[in-house]
Amino acid sequence: MPEVVSTKARFFNKIAVVIVLLLTVVYLIPLYWIGSTAFKPRSAATTVPPTVFFKPELTPFVKLFTKRVQLRKVVSQEKYDAAAWYEKLVYDAGERIITNSPFLNRFWNSIIIAGISTILALTLGTFTAYGFSRFKLAGENDWLFFILSTRMLPPVVVAIPIFLMFRTIGLVDSHAGLILLYTALNLSFCVWLMKGFMDEIPVEYEEAALVDGYTRFEAFWKIVLPQSATGIAATAVFSFITAWNEYALALMMTNRKAQTAPPFIPSQLGSGMVDWTTIAAGTFIFLFPVAIFTFILRKHLLRGVTFGAIRK
Amino acid sequence: MTTNAVMARGGLSDLSIRNLFIIPTLVFLILINIFPLFYSLILSFADYSAISGKPPIWIGIRNYRELLNDPHVWNSFYITLKYAIISVFGQLVVGFVIALLLNRKIPGKGVITTLLLLPMMMSMAIVGLFWKLLYSPSWGIINYLLGIGKFVWISNVDVALLAIAITDIWMWSPFVMLLSLAGLSAIPQHLYEAAAIDRASRWFTFRRITLPLVSPLLLIAVIFRTMEAFKTFDLAYIMTGGGPGTATELISIKLYNMAFPQWQTGKSAALAYIVLIVIIGVSNIYIKYLNKAKER
Repeated sequence: MPEVVSTKARFFNKIAVVIVLLLTVVYLIPLYWIGSTAFKPRSAATTVPPTVFFKPELTPFVKLFTKRVQLRKVVSQEKYDAAAWYEKLVYDAGERIITNSPFLNRFWNSIIIAGISTILALTLGTFTAYGFSRFKLAGENDWLFFILSTRMLPPVVVAIPIFLMFRTIGLVDSHAGLILLYTALNLSFCVWLMKGFMDEIPVEYEEAALVDGYTRFEAFWKIVLPQSATGIAATAVFSFITAWNEYALALMMTNRKAQTAPPFIPSQLGSGMVDWTTIAAGTFIFLFPVAIFTFILRKHLLRGVTFGAIRK
Repeated sequence: MTTNAVMARGGLSDLSIRNLFIIPTLVFLILINIFPLFYSLILSFADYSAISGKPPIWIGIRNYRELLNDPHVWNSFYITLKYAIISVFGQLVVGFVIALLLNRKIPGKGVITTLLLLPMMMSMAIVGLFWKLLYSPSWGIINYLLGIGKFVWISNVDVALLAIAITDIWMWSPFVMLLSLAGLSAIPQHLYEAAAIDRASRWFTFRRITLPLVSPLLLIAVIFRTMEAFKTFDLAYIMTGGGPGTATELISIKLYNMAFPQWQTGKSAALAYIVLIVIIGVSNIYIKYLNKAKER
């Protein structure tokens, strides 16, 4: 309403913009703080008043990936000069590296488990979504709600019997076990989201293809699937983030071999050798990919967080 | 649906394609989610510990009777309810206010919105972990910025639950904001123009145009968040572990402690069923409204 805007309204508008900018800054302080702590020297992480300006260093990240012991005596100059850059950082902190930390392994577990479960859930989910989107089925809505309802269950509720079953068949603390659970977790999401995307593709395309002699499967494979590429990509990223972030099931079903990063990072806090800068470094590495994905996904966020119920 | 009229030539029939596409998913979900629930239903009638090595002893409904007479269980439900109310109300207010402020021409609006949405995409466990750092009484940045000295948040019986709720509000207000923005942007501009011509006050316009038109989406946001608040485990478990004492022992934490550290498998299966019944009640409401929203 360009003409009816009074000076008062324009002033109000300016104030609102300033408030929004301030709020955004305040909102991002926690994220900034964890990010900056990951690059702080240990002595600057827990100071009063909090240290805002410091010389960033990579020591917390080196500590994250290594196990170290306190240096007993000063390292000789030749040994120091011959050391790699990360060893020097640890020497500077008065410690020496003895071996790798399990962090890399846990991080790798997170990637493998989230990745494979996403592929499985998305594959199954895309087929199922097409089935629900294009064909009639008795009690269709009931089935769809059954699928959604599996996502409503609190993880702790299903975890008790699943733990016992997994123990019987040897899936406790295994990659396969967690992949299975995350596939189930994401499957309902994939079906709902992909159905939303496929409902938007006009059926006329497939009808034309069928008239041209395509089989139904070819029509799905060659017409519908390429059309839903954006939807598939968005759904994949959402599923990956869900599995990546999952904590409760990982806590209950794994303890070492197949443990993912979310239960591992907090468990390090009490273990003596680890300080807050290291925890922050782990958190930073863990959250950074999610932040990138959020920017990639920004146009689909609304749809994603409401199971495709609301589309813009 | 109309494609059924066009017969596919050759290949699998539509019917078999449909079954082939849908049935595996249903079977898989039943196997992973429903079958275990039957198993735990049986266990809930037994005195059984998964690590004792002794077989289950059938005790009828004693587990349920004991749980429903246990003040700690009721207390956990009460804490959960309190937590859900505080955090959902907080998210509603903060999220909606930010959406109202954002709903105008702002340079870099897209970037600002996405930045604000970052917290909700992150792992609850990891967010809980780093908020512990922020809440630290002696060197945490929250006490410093608020200038309240060495105020104890997390190990303080009176404010621990609030501290978790604040973190939850920080994390999930953007969710309410996102839905509100969708609702606000869908309001036809001519309604506001008409109101301006009638010299309606700002407050009147807000109450009679903005609020009623956004409320369906706000309702969905509230239902989504209430469900999640009721299920909260990660955040509280990482931040307080249910403590101090039982001050933040949400029902899911109570259930976890009973099932895993204490290994009261039979009894925890019974509690899981009680929780499940409550969840089913809540999610029925949720699904009803979600359906309504889809029909709009």
